[in-house]
Amino acid sequence: MTEICEAPAGTGTLTAARWTPVCDYDDLQPERGVCALVEGRQVAIFRTHDGELYALSSHDPFSGANVLAWGIVGCRGGLPTVASPMYKQVFDLTTGRCLDDPEVSVRTFRIRRNGGRVEVAES
Amino acid sequence: MTGRLVVVGHGPAAHRLVEALRERDSAGRWQITVVGEEPRTAYDRVALTSYLTEGADLGYPAHDESVTVRTGERVAAIDRDARTVTTDAGETLPYDALVLATGSVPFVPPVPGAEHAFVYRTIEDLDALSAAAGSADLTMSRPRAGVVVGGGLLGLEAARALQGLGLDTHVVEVAPWLMPRQLDEGGGAMLRRHIEALGMTVHTGVGMERIEPGAVRLAGDVVLDADVAVFSAGIRPRDDLARAAGLAVGERGGIVVDDTCRTEDPRVFAIGECALIGGMVYGLVGPCFTMAEVVADRLLDGEARFTGADLSTQLKLMGVDVASFGDPSADALDVIYTDPVAGIYKRLVVSDDAQTLLGGVLVGDASSYPTLRAYVGAKLPGTPEQALFGGTEAAGGALPESTVICSCNNVTAGAIRCAITEDKLTDVGAVKSCTKAGTGCGSCVPLVKKILDAELTAAGIEVSKALCEHFDHSRAELFDIIRVRGITTFSQLITEHGRGRGCDICKPAVASILASLGNGHILDGEQAGLQDTNDRFLANMQKNGTYSVVPRIPGGEITPEKLIVIGEVAQEFGLYTKITGGQRIDLFGARVEQLPHIWKKLIDAGFESGHAYGKALRTVKSCVGSTWCRYGVQDSVGLAIRLELRYRGLRAPHKLKSAVSGCARECAEAQSKDFGIIATEKGWNLYVAGNGGMRPRHADLFASDLDEETLLRYIDRFLMFYIRTADRLQRTASWLESLDGGLDYLREVIIEDSLGICAELDAAMERHVAGYSDEWRAILDDPDKLRRFVSFVNAPGTPDPSIVFEPERDQIKPAMAEVTP
Repeated sequence: MTEICEAPAGTGTLTAARWTPVCDYDDLQPERGVCALVEGRQVAIFRTHDGELYALSSHDPFSGANVLAWGIVGCRGGLPTVASPMYKQVFDLTTGRCLDDPEVSVRTFRIRRNGGRVEVAES
Repeated sequence: MTGRLVVVGHGPAAHRLVEALRERDSAGRWQITVVGEEPRTAYDRVALTSYLTEGADLGYPAHDESVTVRTGERVAAIDRDARTVTTDAGETLPYDALVLATGSVPFVPPVPGAEHAFVYRTIEDLDALSAAAGSADLTMSRPRAGVVVGGGLLGLEAARALQGLGLDTHVVEVAPWLMPRQLDEGGGAMLRRHIEALGMTVHTGVGMERIEPGAVRLAGDVVLDADVAVFSAGIRPRDDLARAAGLAVGERGGIVVDDTCRTEDPRVFAIGECALIGGMVYGLVGPCFTMAEVVADRLLDGEARFTGADLSTQLKLMGVDVASFGDPSADALDVIYTDPVAGIYKRLVVSDDAQTLLGGVLVGDASSYPTLRAYVGAKLPGTPEQALFGGTEAAGGALPESTVICSCNNVTAGAIRCAITEDKLTDVGAVKSCTKAGTGCGSCVPLVKKILDAELTAAGIEVSKALCEHFDHSRAELFDIIRVRGITTFSQLITEHGRGRGCDICKPAVASILASLGNGHILDGEQAGLQDTNDRFLANMQKNGTYSVVPRIPGGEITPEKLIVIGEVAQEFGLYTKITGGQRIDLFGARVEQLPHIWKKLIDAGFESGHAYGKALRTVKSCVGSTWCRYGVQDSVGLAIRLELRYRGLRAPHKLKSAVSGCARECAEAQSKDFGIIATEKGWNLYVAGNGGMRPRHADLFASDLDEETLLRYIDRFLMFYIRTADRLQRTASWLESLDGGLDYLREVIIEDSLGICAELDAAMERHVAGYSDEWRAILDDPDKLRRFVSFVNAPGTPDPSIVFEPERDQIKPAMAEVTP
């Protein structure tokens, strides 16, 4: 979920995380994901209709392909979701948990808006 | 009993016996050998005429491989002491049980010249008839003519076939009216009016005296021109084999069996048209199937008995509905309705207190047949008048348990209800596959649906039509809302008519509706986020996350220059190439960021999107047609191209496939398509709602001998009506099956404009045709759309490092890591 950036990255407030800028906030279309390459990891980044940001691994555990970024964004029972474009399992954007198979989840990342930029960090 | 089973004959009854036995004999007690004299395995004899008129493939599905089927071989003798049969190929086959299913032969009256006449029973008979009709002397001053002797059910089928072969057709029936076994005088007369209106000549109450060269002479010195004469004057059971083996046969033929279908020899059974059971020889497929089921059960030590048969019939003869049920000749009260203008005749026979239905005849409108037949022997829920006019229609829930709903497969209302409750079935398709009801002639399907609805309602199960958790509406309702209110965005629709933010079910469904109604490019604005997997990048996602590309090749026709370009593009981008089933070429292994570059080259060479990624028209396949083919009668390639260019880009609830064949040989397989066209001498036959895939379905003949403009108009309306009313991801085949009133209703809507919407449908298609533009070209022309085709937002040119290929047969294939979710 979007974090509020209280200070510019690297000033010490959030020393635990190394924030990587990936794109401009305006590059993100609402409810249409993009993929970013962050230190070799493929991260799916979503901007929902209310302006919130979410980041999770783009690696679809059911197919092994890096495609979650291309999934359809929506909601299920109030939770924001993305559906894998490969075999359509639905994942909770906030936790990475697969709502169709509770045994499975994908990794989430921290994400924030820093001015006009969007930044991602390991969680 | 157990051991070796020999079945003599491979017609529908034999086929059913083997299938029923294989299904139930889980322990493999019986080793089955079938010996059939025809050069092919069993086929649907009931549909013979469609073989001739439409070139239909009538073959039944093959048995599993444990069953030995010997075709083209005849059993010549039975040795009951040694328990063996000997074939004309000299083979001796031992048996522990023997089933005679030798069928019948057409009765050929002993008149002079009879040897020149044709009969109508096997595919060989039809081929011979067709060859004779085709070779009739074309230099004659009069039109080619054919005479059918026999105005019963089969005779009228044969007459339809003769007319389909282009012959001037006469039907001669010795009884005072047509179909004397099923119809009464009034019904026969009404049927005659229909048949004469189709251009045939009917002669009733007159016998035939002799066949002469080029003519048939009737009693009273009437001579009819006849290049071919066909006998269809009843059948005779084939009992000679049994007779020679010393088994009892009836006075007028038929192998005598008891109610378990057993002859006097406990190891020998007889089923189907060769059997004399309860003093009757049955020529209808329903009772023959029942006998097959009885024997299958008995072979597994069951207790089944043949308890008589329902001789009700419903058929469509040359477009005329004809039905009879129960005992229409019962001596009781008649309720008769006649409408000579509409050509409708209905008669119900009820008991003296006018409460119990005994039988009836319907001609011209048999829509109430399934319900009425089910009530035979039972108290009518209302007055006979109400029953005549469909007053029992809603009565699916009230039918007695023992009522046979499906007479082809002998399934009762009780069995259907039981399956619905125990297996928790909620749709007609599931009921059909579970109980087999409705899988024969299909006439009972509306009744099956009513029973299902009644059961579900009684169980408090509301059949929800809600699309998903975000909309309470069905797709068809959403379509109307969007169309009538002029809604152009998903956000507006879900705010005003739904809840939440949508999902992978409703978003693509709404995207498809918006596209069908023409709302610009599918990646315009908010629409971009609604598109399903393949539409998102206008390419087909493959298992490793790469995409495949299919340029349009209308009708499968392509120049060498374009073929070379496809080859060059594949070579340059290292793509795997494969020819598709739809006569196109698929290029696999493209990464997202490569797609625009690939398409730039293709578009520069004159290609456009093939919409292989969309729920849209895919291809219109074609055979080579009359331009090159020695047999073609029309230019199938030209029509296929015209259709493909007309409907390209049309978005629908599901993909749409089509094909055009240039003659009845049907090389383009048009009958397996959503809409298929087959050339005739006079124009085009249009078939609709066919399907290949998981649930294959032969398309239904919608209209015949159309000129090209009428053909296009019907297809326009068919497609637009489907787009408006189908469910999400419902192909035309299941859409038509779920349409109340089925094919007849569809014809009313499209041909007769019964809903008054044809002008709207036509206009909608005109808008589509006029508004078409190539989706891929539009992307290349729009920098904002183009920049979405990148692998990584922060490294647009970097290929996805996880995509790896390995070689196979000189091309690439995905190298996949083990997947352990």
